[in-house]
Amino acid sequence: MEYAYYPGCSLDSTGIEFNLSTKAVAKAFGIQLVEIPDWNCCGASAAHSTSHWLGLSLPARNLAIAEAAGLDVAIPCAACYARSKRAEVEVCKSEETRAKIEEIIGRPYKGESKARALLDIFHRDLGVYTDKNALKKPLAGLKVVTYYGCLMVRPVDTGFDDPEDPISLDEIMTALGAEVVPWGFKTECCGASLTACRPEVGFPMTEKILDAAKKSGADCIVTACPMCMANLDMRQDQIGKAKNVHYDLPVYYFTELLGVALNMNNKELGIPRHFVPAEALVNKIGQAKTTEGGEA
Amino acid sequence: MTLQEMQNQELRDELFLRSQVDVTKCYQCGKCTAGCPVAEHMDYGPRQVMRMAQMGLVEEAMKTKAIWLCATCETCSTRCPKGVEVAKVMETLRIMAKERGYIAEKNIDKFNNIYNTIVKSLGRMYEPGLIVSRNVATGHLFQDTSYGIPYLAKQKLNLVPHKPKNSEEIKSIFAKAAAMDEAERGNR
Repeated sequence: MEYAYYPGCSLDSTGIEFNLSTKAVAKAFGIQLVEIPDWNCCGASAAHSTSHWLGLSLPARNLAIAEAAGLDVAIPCAACYARSKRAEVEVCKSEETRAKIEEIIGRPYKGESKARALLDIFHRDLGVYTDKNALKKPLAGLKVVTYYGCLMVRPVDTGFDDPEDPISLDEIMTALGAEVVPWGFKTECCGASLTACRPEVGFPMTEKILDAAKKSGADCIVTACPMCMANLDMRQDQIGKAKNVHYDLPVYYFTELLGVALNMNNKELGIPRHFVPAEALVNKIGQAKTTEGGEA
Repeated sequence: MTLQEMQNQELRDELFLRSQVDVTKCYQCGKCTAGCPVAEHMDYGPRQVMRMAQMGLVEEAMKTKAIWLCATCETCSTRCPKGVEVAKVMETLRIMAKERGYIAEKNIDKFNNIYNTIVKSLGRMYEPGLIVSRNVATGHLFQDTSYGIPYLAKQKLNLVPHKPKNSEEIKSIFAKAAAMDEAERGNR
């Protein structure tokens, strides 16, 4: 299976673990990801806040390049996915919009190349949960809460999962052998860039998610968004210190845990690069399995 | 009809034309505000902003902090029993407000401006530039700088900005999109 790959800006820097683990896991599953040459920023979230047409046209250019190659686009980042999907949907909905966007980007784009969330691809196209043989190191004993973030399941009219209670990530984690702990914050917004430009507003939003995750009894949070990761991982220590709480909640991209279950090494997946130490918990997984085996 | 009423009507028409959302469908149940993760920090909740739009008080709506604080998570649009895209209205009001110089949340506006300037010149985001420029613009010189060293140590920060192959193409997209917005803007 071949896709045009749109890593997006975060995956080049602060979200590099998502990029590393995506590429490693895709290779293991035989998915060919061909990076869109000279791709541009999708504009999330400043472009669409400033200009309706810029917000649609920036992602449309990337889709147009993929369309010329006859490929759908695989997008790991939730925000990039939501912006790109929006452009695709608007182009498909209206001839007039399509004509205007084509005029702006100076390329044809008919809406044939589809924006696909990487989470959706792993969940739907691959049927990971049926292929138990591939799992060299099932995530037995690992308790996770699945955090989709707000944008992964929006816009609603074309979503691949339920916008209120999505299950794709839950099903992947269950298939990997992890225990998915129920909680009420699957799609709650982390505050996104508000933590950067309006901390008094953004921080409490991230804090609520960390509190709920801790209360659920999970060992860690699994996500599919680099913005959520930055808020939950990078800012976890700062938020905890302000209220004298030590959350100790590693946050993983779902692709990292896929890689762990395939027994890839932590470094290859980017796991040592997290702010909240994330290696110890996944290193324990194999051992927990041995103990269980011994008891049985 | 008074002149004031005419002006209100004009702005309401522009909001509809640009958002493609019919605000009259809203029956004020308040589900949007109930689910909004930012509502507690807003001066007016999403339901109230919708009411302003319905009443033709678009000018007032453009002056709220709410339209800037909206994180565009789209929870409101997802839950609206009438299928009203509330987030689209908030976004359109934000665009219209900026065009008229109504900026109730200066730091958020500055952040957006810096973000767009970087993307316009490089085609992609350049995070070190975003943080440094934001700190200079907002006067909070050391905000988030404590993360710089760990980021470098973890090799998570690309210090060298991306060099776009076709920077003229991106600049042209910015220019043409702005012209398209301009064409939709109401007479002022």
